[in-house]
Amino acid sequence: MTKKIKNLNLNFGPQHPAAHGVLRLILELDGEVVEKADPHIGLLHRGTEKLIENKTYMQAVPYFDRLDYVAPMNQEHAFALAVEKILKIEVPIRAQLIRVMFCEIGRILSHILNVTTQALDVGALTPSLWGFEERETLMSFYERASGSRLHANYFRAGGVHQDLPAGLDNDIAKFCENFPKVINDLENLLTDNRIFKQRNVDIGIVTKEDALDYSFSGVMIRGSGVPWDLRKSQPYDCYEQLEFKIPVGKNGDCYDRYLCRIEEMKESVSIIKQCLGKMEKGPVKTFDGKITPPSKKEIKQSMEALIHHFKLFTEGYRVPKDEIYTAVEAPKGEFGVYLISDGSSKPYKCKIRAPGFSHLQSMDYLIKGHMLADVPAVLGSLDIVFGEVDR
Amino acid sequence: MKNLIDLEKKINSELTTKINKTEIKHNQIYIEIDKDDLVDTVLFIKTNNDTKFRQLIDITVVDFAEMTQRFKVVYLFLSHEFNQRLILSYPITENEVIPSITSIFPAANWMEREVFDMYGVNFKDHPDLRRILTDYGFEGHPLRKDFPLTGHTEVRYSEDKKKVISEPVKLEQNYRNFDYKSPWEGTKYISEQSKKDDKKN
Repeated sequence: MTKKIKNLNLNFGPQHPAAHGVLRLILELDGEVVEKADPHIGLLHRGTEKLIENKTYMQAVPYFDRLDYVAPMNQEHAFALAVEKILKIEVPIRAQLIRVMFCEIGRILSHILNVTTQALDVGALTPSLWGFEERETLMSFYERASGSRLHANYFRAGGVHQDLPAGLDNDIAKFCENFPKVINDLENLLTDNRIFKQRNVDIGIVTKEDALDYSFSGVMIRGSGVPWDLRKSQPYDCYEQLEFKIPVGKNGDCYDRYLCRIEEMKESVSIIKQCLGKMEKGPVKTFDGKITPPSKKEIKQSMEALIHHFKLFTEGYRVPKDEIYTAVEAPKGEFGVYLISDGSSKPYKCKIRAPGFSHLQSMDYLIKGHMLADVPAVLGSLDIVFGEVDR
Repeated sequence: MKNLIDLEKKINSELTTKINKTEIKHNQIYIEIDKDDLVDTVLFIKTNNDTKFRQLIDITVVDFAEMTQRFKVVYLFLSHEFNQRLILSYPITENEVIPSITSIFPAANWMEREVFDMYGVNFKDHPDLRRILTDYGFEGHPLRKDFPLTGHTEVRYSEDKKKVISEPVKLEQNYRNFDYKSPWEGTKYISEQSKKDDKKN
C-alpha cells in the first residue's frame, strides 16, 4: 500500500532570530529537505527613494545610513561620489583618506557582525561576545568623528562634515595594532572547528556562472573564485594609491565566504594603517562656496557668508541636469546609486541598488535540496541586512 | 572591448537598426532603443564576445509624469571582462506591457517585480509577477510622481476590533513643500566672471 505524503509548508520568520531581521521565508519541505523557498520581503520598507526625491541633496545623506545600518558610511560614500561626479568637484586628499578610512572601518564593522552571527546561527556563542566588543570600539570612533554611533551623516558631497577630533588618529592606530589579535582569536575558534566546518563546508555552493547570472557581487562573487572588487577594478577616491589584496575563494560555499570575510578584515586593517600614515593636515571639504557652507567664524563677520549659509540650509545647492550610476564596494557587495538630477536642489530620481536584494533573490536556488538546518547557515553567509534589502 | 569608443562603434555597427542614440558620459555608455528591440539587444550585449555584459546590475523606471511617453525603463549592465558599464533605456506609455528578460538574466525576476510594484509597469512572460516591497493588499504605486509622499492610508492597532486596521491618512499638518524658484544662483567666481568679460571684449 502506498501512502501519499503532502509537502509541509513552513513559515520561517518574520520573527525568527536566525532570519537576520524581518525576513519571512516560506519553505516547502519534503521531510527535512527544502523543496522550495519563497522569501517575502518588504516588512521594513520605508520608501527611502521616494523620501529622497522630496529632500535636498544634503538632507538625503542620512537616509543612506539607514539602509545597511551595520556599515553606514559606505552607503553615504556612493551618494557623495554620485553628486560629486555630476557637480565635477574635487575632494581634498585629506577628506578622501578620512572617507576611505571610515569605509574600511565600516567594512570591519559589517564583517565582524556577519562572521560572528553566522557562527551564532550554527551554534557558536563565544565569537559574537568577542566580536561585538570590537564593534563597540569602532562605533566609538564613528561617534567621535560624527557625533553618533550608527547613523553618522558624516560624508558630504565634496568631503566630510568636519575634521577628525584631536587624538582620534592615535586611537585608531592603537586599534589597528590590537585588532589582528582578535581576528586570530576568532579564527582559532572557528576556522578549524569541526562543527563549524560540518555546518558550512559544501553548503550553498555558487558556481561562477550562476554568480554572474544572479547579479552577485562582493564576497558572494569572490567566494566563487571571481576576482572582482570595485576598489581595484573601478577605483574611487584614493583607493588607487593604497596597496591591498583581494581574497578569493575556491569552492563558493559558505565556508569560503567566511574565509574571504576574515581575510578582508585583515586587509582593511592594513588599509586603515596606510590611510593614517598618509594623512596630513589640510582641508576636509571642497572650497566651493556653492556647495560647502561657510564656517561659523565667517558667518559672524560676513553678510555674504550668512546669506550663503541660510540658502544652503533651506534651498540647498542646485545640481545640473544629468544622469549617472555610481557604485562602491560596500562590505556586502556592489552598492550603487542611479541618480537623475534636473537642475533643482532635489534629486529627480534616486534609485538605490542594494547588493542584498540580488543575494536574497537567489535563496530559492541556493537552498533547494538542502536540509532545513542549512537554511540559517546559507542565510548567514549571504550577509543580509533588511535595511538595504527593503529600502 | 576595453575602449569605450570602440565599444560604442561596435554596438552601433552591429545593431544599427535597433539603436536610437548612443552617448558616452561619466565613463559609461548610454544607449537608447525601442521597446520591441529589448530582448534582441540584451541577448546581443550579453553573448557577444566583444561586449560580454554578463551581469545585470539593476532595472528601474523613471517617471516623467507630464510626458505622453511617461515612463523611461532603465537597465544597468556590467561587463567584468572589459570592466565597462552600460545603461540601456527606452520610453513607454503608461499602460504599455513590456517584455521580461528573466529568461536571459534570472536576476531580473525580483527587479521586475519591484518595478511592477513601485510604478505599475506590467511585464509580459514574467514567471511570478507579484508585489514585492509594499504591504500585503497595498493599493497604488508609490514611486509614481502623482503618488503623495504621505501615502493614502495609515495603519494602526484598533483596540475595539483587536486587530491592525488601515484608514485614510490624517495629518495634523500637511507636508510642507517650499517653492524655491528664487533668483539666487550661488556664488559667481571672479575667475569665471573675468572669462565672461574676456569673451565680451
